[in-house]
Amino acid sequence: MTARPLAVVGASAAGLAAAETARRSGWTGPLTLIGDEPHLPYDRPPLSKQLLHGTWESERLLLRTADQLAPLDLDLRLGTRATALDAATRTLTLDDGARLACAGIVVATGVTARTLPGADALDGVLTLRTLDDAVALRARLAGAGHRLAVVGNGVLGCEAAAVARELGHEVTLIGRDAFPMARAVGPEVGMLLAEEHRTRGVHLLTGDVADFLTGPVPGTTGGVRLTDGTEVPADTVLLAIGSDPAVDWLRGEPALDTTDGLRCDAYCAAAPGIYAAGDVARWDHPLHGVPLRFEHRMNATEQGMAAARNLLAELAAETAPGPDTPERRPFAPVPYFWSDQYGIKLQAYGLTADADRTETTVLDRAARSAVALYGRDGAATGVLAAGLPPRQVRALRAVVATPQPWEEARARARAVLAPA
Amino acid sequence: MKITVAADACCGAGQCVLTAPEVFDQRDEDGTVVLLDGTPPAERHDAVREAAALCPAGVIELHA
Ligand SMILES: Cc1cc2nc3c(=O)[nH]c(=O)nc-3n(C[C@H](O)[C@H](O)[C@H](O)COP(=O)(O)OP(=O)(O)OC[C@H]3O[C@@H](n4cnc5c(N)ncnc54)[C@H](O)[C@@H]3O)c2cc1C
Repeated sequence: MTARPLAVVGASAAGLAAAETARRSGWTGPLTLIGDEPHLPYDRPPLSKQLLHGTWESERLLLRTADQLAPLDLDLRLGTRATALDAATRTLTLDDGARLACAGIVVATGVTARTLPGADALDGVLTLRTLDDAVALRARLAGAGHRLAVVGNGVLGCEAAAVARELGHEVTLIGRDAFPMARAVGPEVGMLLAEEHRTRGVHLLTGDVADFLTGPVPGTTGGVRLTDGTEVPADTVLLAIGSDPAVDWLRGEPALDTTDGLRCDAYCAAAPGIYAAGDVARWDHPLHGVPLRFEHRMNATEQGMAAARNLLAELAAETAPGPDTPERRPFAPVPYFWSDQYGIKLQAYGLTADADRTETTVLDRAARSAVALYGRDGAATGVLAAGLPPRQVRALRAVVATPQPWEEARARARAVLAPA
Repeated sequence: MKITVAADACCGAGQCVLTAPEVFDQRDEDGTVVLLDGTPPAERHDAVREAAALCPAGVIELHA
């Protein structure tokens, strides 16, 4: 009998990190990486930044070149979709009909962009999640004087709007929340972002899309109509209205909880021998006491590494338990995300969304530099910095690395900001 | 071990400095990576490997 492979489903940031870590941690058996996109693993954050802007070409986004992947000795199956998982036998079904009985599985299938009814039927209504999406959007923004309507003023919509403005297009940014990114970072930071977008010439609208307008050519978009009747004429509509975890393929397996992501324990385990990582994984963060799921680039790598290590530890304990068997470790990262809009870099650590308390200090309104502290149930849980030197940003990270009483965190954050 | 960094693709996350502070730093102006020690001693290799693996922009390259 040939050795069963370790299989990773999803060939992007989290999946690649899991595969590399498995090899680095001593997995010498077959290692299968399955991804439904045709491309080698590539990086997504530049899609709405350098790629859209035209400063980087697609090749620059590859996470590893073919040469760098070679030593991993991967059974790399690109353009291949996993369609089912049987947890008890750790068996994957693939869309080419193959059935793969595995030693262990890491699920890293990420999320897919949400869309609106009627969008598919219209040329010029796009989403932005994949390289192909970004290349298509960039092609539409070639040339000058294009009218772009961005639906959704979360981080993705804000970044795309910023780049399109920098390219000289007419941009309308439409959101349900009055201020950009308000849900993620609170209204005060959102207001600062709104000022910057407005200064740069973006039209900001608050509202909800009712339907699409049709363009002069049948089957093409002419923009959107909001529920209050406002019409936003546009040549291209970008839907940036969030995403859904890619768990449809797991729904047939009753042993797995796929409510808003694949539910895992503190070790990133969803079932014996089945782990998850990245945007798709909802796990028990040991410090925060609630199941969390992040759509952040850093988490994808960190969790991919943690999931692979824990899976190998579990397999070692199953097959040859001994004094040297590595222990599984709870995955307890300090969450991190960043966003680049125009010259502004936002960086946030910990939990910033769903805060019941926020204190924002604008350090320099014109320069858009600010610090915000976020809290919940009396504890400080997150911090955001814009326009701060890296040493201060790292010191602020330390303030929220573990949740601590609000007043203490507040005093420590102030000390970080106090001039030396 | 020899380290090179593609600083022009750095996204300034600072994870390398948190992981291997003797080897990496960040520029004050924009947070871009600064390589302090391109040929670190053996006891730092594990931390450097971890930093390279964690880097969200994949700009740290290790050569044997
Ligand atoms: C435009 C854009 C900009 C971003 N900017 C930032 C940023 O500035 N900062 C930040 O922190 N984060 C950013 N992010 C988020 C970051 O890119 C994600 O957190 C990260 O890509 C998650 O990696 P992942 O491997 O978990 O999932 P994904 O990158 O979504 O990869 C999952 C892969 O699995 C594949 N797949 C899905 N289902 C199956 C199946 N059944 N079989 C086989 N393959 C499957 C998918 O096609 C995909 O290739 C951005 C995201 C986007 C889209």
